[in-house]
Amino acid sequence: MPLEKAFIAIAAMAAVTVFTRAFPFIFFRNRKPPEALDFVRDYIPPAVMMILVLSSFKDIKWASSPFGIPELACAGLVAILHLWKRNAMISIVGGTAVYMILTRSGIL
Amino acid sequence: MFRKAFPYTIPVLLGYLAIGIAFGLLLKNAGYPWYLAPIMSILVYAGALQYLAVGLLAANVSIAEAAILALVVNARHMVYGLSLLEKYKGAGLRKPYLVFALTDETYALVTSTEPPAGLDRIGFYAAVSLLDQCYWVAGSAIGAIAGSFLPFDMKGLDFALTALFVVLLVEQLKSCRSWVPFALAAACSLGAWFIAGPRNMLLASVVSTVVLLVVFRKEIVRNAA
Repeated sequence: MPLEKAFIAIAAMAAVTVFTRAFPFIFFRNRKPPEALDFVRDYIPPAVMMILVLSSFKDIKWASSPFGIPELACAGLVAILHLWKRNAMISIVGGTAVYMILTRSGIL
Repeated sequence: MFRKAFPYTIPVLLGYLAIGIAFGLLLKNAGYPWYLAPIMSILVYAGALQYLAVGLLAANVSIAEAAILALVVNARHMVYGLSLLEKYKGAGLRKPYLVFALTDETYALVTSTEPPAGLDRIGFYAAVSLLDQCYWVAGSAIGAIAGSFLPFDMKGLDFALTALFVVLLVEQLKSCRSWVPFALAAACSLGAWFIAGPRNMLLASVVSTVVLLVVFRKEIVRNAA
């Protein structure tokens, strides 16, 4: 699309994105969320974290080499490092470095 | 404040630079001037949507279609804020920005980290949010200006975001009293991947998980007690 129209499309997408993020804050500004949502609120972060981890694997090609092994192995490594050292930097940098080595070296 | 907040945002720095550069490069290669990438990252600031938008712009879709896709892709954010209503109460003038900047990664950081002792909570979360967006804007600008000349290969660096989510998941597993939300979320994610496909997986899993959490709330509370 031409640049002028692209600007309008970007403005529209920006407006919709702000709306989705602001929605609960505007909707529940002056009233308490219903009891059912009150409960869900506490369980959204744990559930979302699980969903974000799994959905970052969504584009892996499981049927062809290397069969998602680097992703699963390195995610496992991050979890083990984190349970062991409990230092987010060590877990993340360590896991990412091993991932980059595994996927570039052609070992798998 | 920014110096105190910075260490918490390093994983996002790595991930956002990597995928921001790739986004800037994509948009530039779609035939748009370089400055459109950082402008979009300042105004829209939603990673998954911006990747999708490159294709939408190139395909010259209608404004209405772009808006509807934005709604579908970002609908999960309508739920995220529920768990931040209390945390962001009394944020005053900083609240609009805190809410605007709630990407998946910033949401994950804000819900799982407590500011170091003695720091103003809202100021800390605002610093984390602003730093994260700076990384994203910088990444997309670099990608659009110099993406094709970069002397190093960023391939694999985006795994830092997966690693960040794994770390935060481990923290949630240690602190949450019930295993049910994790099992429900895992089952819904797998189901969403099979049924809705990779492209719609994120939205489908958030919606189905929230619905099931509401339906089974009594059983979950009993299980956690």
